[in-house]
Amino acid sequence: MAGTAVLGRLTWRAADVVEIVPETPRAKTILFDVPGWPGHRAGQHVDIRLTAEDGYQTERSYSIASAPDGWRLALTVVRIDEGEVSPYLTDELRPGDRIELRGPVGGYFVWEPAQGGPLLLVAGGSGVAPLMAMIRLRAAVGSDADIRLLASSRSWDDVIYRAELERLASGGLTVVHTLTASRPPGWEGYARRVDAAMLAEVGPSPAEQPKVYVCGPTPFVEAVAEALVTLGHEPARIKTERFGPTGD
Amino acid sequence: MDDTMLDGNAVAGLLQEVFATETTSVMVTCDGCGSAAPMGATHVYRGAGFVLRCPHCETALMTLVQGDRRMWIGFPGVRTLQLALTDT
Repeated sequence: MAGTAVLGRLTWRAADVVEIVPETPRAKTILFDVPGWPGHRAGQHVDIRLTAEDGYQTERSYSIASAPDGWRLALTVVRIDEGEVSPYLTDELRPGDRIELRGPVGGYFVWEPAQGGPLLLVAGGSGVAPLMAMIRLRAAVGSDADIRLLASSRSWDDVIYRAELERLASGGLTVVHTLTASRPPGWEGYARRVDAAMLAEVGPSPAEQPKVYVCGPTPFVEAVAEALVTLGHEPARIKTERFGPTGD
Repeated sequence: MDDTMLDGNAVAGLLQEVFATETTSVMVTCDGCGSAAPMGATHVYRGAGFVLRCPHCETALMTLVQGDRRMWIGFPGVRTLQLALTDT
């Protein structure tokens, strides 16, 4: 099993913060160096463990947003005001700090360039993170897979990876935004929650048998998956990853 | 549907630590309705521990409870687990 990161018992590893990049008013990307990192597949996640001085421990899962790149990992964290973990990660963590993480985790919600396209990626808020790993991997290996990304955000300022997506969107990668809460002046794009009509317009059609990946808060994922099945997408080709309350 | 519901991806790290294999692509057949789903697609609820439920009929498939440096794993609704064997 050369080159695989799938098998084997997981252990907690030390991860060193190397850089923190603001993405939106509420989201930051944290770049880690993880000595001995075995590599990962696009779509996988890690568990982060924080330990308080009194020994209290808490864990959270975060998708890996970066394509495989040696020991380097990028995680994007949205600050949830009443959250137990995210305010620490976004406000307190500094380059040089060390935390514990376990991974890579997952094998169901992953995409390999060899699987090809077409792909329909549907993101709710920071659910774009594991899909971004797929988009970055596609670019890194020079894949020409047809990928459509439909990203739902609250406002234009809340669009994570906006500039990089604009830069990458060409030659088979289509990026479509919908803004659910507020729009900049003159906005001509989608301005509502993702629905069946929008999914049909963004395509690919069920007849093209796209592999579909949906990631976001639970109500978002449920609504999108139901709309996709209504349109005729085969449930077995729809892969979902849900995360808990977002503090919205 | 409960907004706090997660899915099998959320407990994959925990399960891999125990079973030493990737679990989200393991196929679970529900003893309640007989349908099969990847573990990653199961509905997961968090309370004192975790309950993994069938995405088709909501039968409780597995329960995970941690405490006192131990873990209790129950399989109240699993008929079979199917996983790929790999050459080593």
